[in-house]
Amino acid sequence: MKSLWKTFKQGIIYENPLLMLMIGLCSALAVTSSVANGLGMGLAMTFVLLFSEIVISIFRKVIPNSVRIPIFIIIIAAFTTMVDLVMKAYFPDLSKSMGVFIPLIVVNCIIMGRVEAFASKQGVLPAIFDSLGMGLGYTWVMVAISAVRELLGNGSVAGIPLMPASFQPILFFILPPGGFLVFGLFISFNIWLKGRMDKTAKERA
Amino acid sequence: MDLAKIFLVALLVNNVVLMRFLALCSYVGMTNDVGQSVGMGFAVTFVTVLATAATWPIYHFLLVPMGLTFLKILVFILVIASLVQLVEFYLKKNIPGLYAAMGIYLPLITTNCAILAVTFENIDYGYSFIQSIVYAVGVSLGYLLAMVLLAGVRDRMKTSPVPKFLQGTPILFIASSLLGVAFMGFSGLIK
Repeated sequence: MKSLWKTFKQGIIYENPLLMLMIGLCSALAVTSSVANGLGMGLAMTFVLLFSEIVISIFRKVIPNSVRIPIFIIIIAAFTTMVDLVMKAYFPDLSKSMGVFIPLIVVNCIIMGRVEAFASKQGVLPAIFDSLGMGLGYTWVMVAISAVRELLGNGSVAGIPLMPASFQPILFFILPPGGFLVFGLFISFNIWLKGRMDKTAKERA
Repeated sequence: MDLAKIFLVALLVNNVVLMRFLALCSYVGMTNDVGQSVGMGFAVTFVTVLATAATWPIYHFLLVPMGLTFLKILVFILVIASLVQLVEFYLKKNIPGLYAAMGIYLPLITTNCAILAVTFENIDYGYSFIQSIVYAVGVSLGYLLAMVLLAGVRDRMKTSPVPKFLQGTPILFIASSLLGVAFMGFSGLIK
């Protein structure tokens, strides 16, 4: 149980896919102009990751090593297609605003990376915890980035206006260059945080 | 919609990297020097055009008549992956010079999201075959342009005093943000 909890925590903080490993960046910058989009993308991603890891972990012993990459891609593509169709049917507005980024989950390096590095070697239970950790780690960073961008660029968070009426929205933060800027500062903050954590760990030791 | 407009919008106004955040992995990873970024840029251009030429007919003449359009994600990624393999074999055997120049980038291209995105968008926007090819060329040259620009900026950054808290990756995103601001100036180009 303890090791499962540790696996789960890895994805959320220590090996956070966006801030630490810096993979899967495309969608993280493109759809984070509002909290609704960021959350939707995070959950879609978590779904695909969870089910791909479960399926691949179940079949890990029968998948021949030499053709594993094409098989992984087919499995991931199947779940991505499901998410795409479900989003189009039940959340047409959300699906429209995210556009091509939902089908692009299939080439997101986070999924391929976790499937190759974790699910193809571990049992089902650890794979579930790993995918939930990575998925939620991705989701919280997405929500955090989009909250900053939406608050500064639109004066609201998740559609609820928070800023006083006299606040003039800074449109820059919703536009693409604002995404680069906010993400750059997020990484900078994270590096600082990690440096501090390492330092206190060393002092304790 | 005339072809020149499709081309310009894809190249500058909606630049694939700076305005639409596609292909960021290679944008951050492959711009250490200008030569490398040019090689990657041309390899992507080559494969994007080939992929468009392969997926457009498959979608319109195979998937649509058979009612299998929901399979497009699966089919497109497999087509692109096998296409990249074939191109690699062909270049290795017949044009070793070109293979030496861009062969090492080819395996990385399979999961380059810009290429897959272009093939999906050609379908979503309802482009004809010629328009699709023009769109593919525009997008991938836009990618080349962004790569070369960032590689140039990074060259200068090696000798400049970067503030300590921005050293490493953060400064790349700040520089991209400024490049993006410059590219927003192009949005007045097309009405």
